[in-house]
Amino acid sequence: MSEIVVNHVSPKRSIPFGQEAAGALTIIALGAIGYFLYPDDLAFLTRLIGIAFLVLSLDLVTGYCGVATLGHAAQFGVGAYATGIACVRGITDPVALLAIGLFAGAVMGLISGALIARFRGLPQLVLSIAVGQLVAALANKLSWLTGGSDGLSGITPGKVFGIFGFDMYSRTAFLFSLGVLVIVFVLLQRFVRSPFGLMCRGIKDDDLRARMIGVSIYPRLVLMYGVAGAVAGVGGALTAISTGVVGLDSVSFERSAEVLVMLVLGGAGHLWGALAGTIIFMIFEHMVAAANPFHWMTLVGLLLILIVVFAPRGLIEPVLTLLSRFKRKGSAA
Amino acid sequence: MRTIFSIMTDAVAYGMVLFIISIGLSIMMGLMRVVNLAHGAFAMIGGYLASYAIRDLHVHYSVAILMAVIGTIIVSIPFEILLYRRIYRKSDPLIQVLMTIGITFFIIGIVNFIFGPSLKSIPLPQTLSGPLDIGFRMLPTHRIFVIACGVVTALALWLLIEKTEFGIKLRASVDHSGMADALGIRTEIIYAVTFALAIGLGAFGGVVGAEILPIEPFYALRYMVIFLVVVSVGGAGSILGALSASLLLGLADTTGKYLAPEFGDFFFYLSVIVIVFLFPHGLFGRSHA
Repeated sequence: MSEIVVNHVSPKRSIPFGQEAAGALTIIALGAIGYFLYPDDLAFLTRLIGIAFLVLSLDLVTGYCGVATLGHAAQFGVGAYATGIACVRGITDPVALLAIGLFAGAVMGLISGALIARFRGLPQLVLSIAVGQLVAALANKLSWLTGGSDGLSGITPGKVFGIFGFDMYSRTAFLFSLGVLVIVFVLLQRFVRSPFGLMCRGIKDDDLRARMIGVSIYPRLVLMYGVAGAVAGVGGALTAISTGVVGLDSVSFERSAEVLVMLVLGGAGHLWGALAGTIIFMIFEHMVAAANPFHWMTLVGLLLILIVVFAPRGLIEPVLTLLSRFKRKGSAA
Repeated sequence: MRTIFSIMTDAVAYGMVLFIISIGLSIMMGLMRVVNLAHGAFAMIGGYLASYAIRDLHVHYSVAILMAVIGTIIVSIPFEILLYRRIYRKSDPLIQVLMTIGITFFIIGIVNFIFGPSLKSIPLPQTLSGPLDIGFRMLPTHRIFVIACGVVTALALWLLIEKTEFGIKLRASVDHSGMADALGIRTEIIYAVTFALAIGLGAFGGVVGAEILPIEPFYALRYMVIFLVVVSVGGAGSILGALSASLLLGLADTTGKYLAPEFGDFFFYLSVIVIVFLFPHGLFGRSHA
């Protein structure tokens, strides 16, 4: 996947902050659809938003830096557990909890980045798995802290800004998560087009050339991992706050593999791809897995094989091609 | 003393099972440079076939092993032709990971659809169940059988790779595939035969190791990590590396489970991180960079 062309960075922007505004408005519109059309499924949609953070985070390291990882749930899980533990120990302000999740995720991201980004290929993959499994083993065994296999329960956060309490219909949780998603998404849109973000993309496309023009690769990848960890930590914190429990599934290998599938389904290397992949995957899973989990596995496997063979750049790519063709036609007229 | 002895027997038997299954993966990675996460899935197919052969067709254990190995290779042929050929040697690890994880999920789903989501036992014949008197101590016969299988596999592979013409061609293809091709070695046939050999070894290990790594629906995912770790620690393509890594990790894991059951996994993965970080190409591997 080294031949991804940066075709959506337009040379000049006509409207300042146009892309950011479009991103924010689109997410808000999607959220509004969910909120008003499916008021009974808000708990599920909130979970979806939590996972979306993890997929966005994975996109930063896999899509933008080309790091193949199967242990990305570690960052998410550490964020979630840190939030849960802090909440059980008495910190109940949701915004403060979010900050704790962000910080814990970022620290975990820096640690895993320092270990994983050192190598490429097989050692990298095995290290990422081992880091993920190490965190999972710790979460399981430190049961006095994490609740072990029973999960960490009893997370009852206070009111958002002291006004909006969490209700059993997940209305507050959903709107709170959506708000955070909008902010993070806009920030990430800026971030991936910053010189740093573009350099990471350059490293991914050709790390030898990047090294030749004097870029030190390793520190950049570790830093990117830290940012990705922070994003994943926010997702973990939101999930912990909204569901009230943190289980071992949030650090599991299956979770890491699943989010990789979501990312590739949507299209690695695009923030919109990450979001689209999460939405499509989670909604399908919600419908099919409820019927029969093994049929679901067969389907996911088949889907993954088909994507790799026929659409290795994900479902977002044809859409982007259409969009750019449309734009070119518009400017020619 | 008694504890140490039984730990050692279990550890060596466990290590040998890891070796038989992982060596196929290791050879594939050394030759085709494919990170085949679906290797465990093929071992699982072997286990299911053997279980079916013994319990429903009532054939003898040795026949069942043969049927399982050949059956798994037959099942794997379409995968090789349609999918694996695309990812030999050239494509980047992410594509390989995605495709082989997809294959794993697919196989898990299909196997469960056909055989049902329960644990499958592979009944041992009379001669292999029960203890064996080795003079000063009684040992489970099956453990001895597994260890013997591992030793025979290692020796046979060593002979095959070092002493036969196929081995020479295989080593030539590993060293420089393009040059081997230019010299008239049909590398695509070498690849196909190696693939079948790797899958067959995986299935064989899945069957004889079923007492230690039980055959169940999530076998492919549960042990995928361990097989991959063995290859990574030992170094891709090295028989000696895979053997020593299997025994080392088998010993570490078994000892950990006996002595500190709470933190078994923790120490296992910690040692994996340390080893891979210090020796990224494995203990006995060579850099392909």
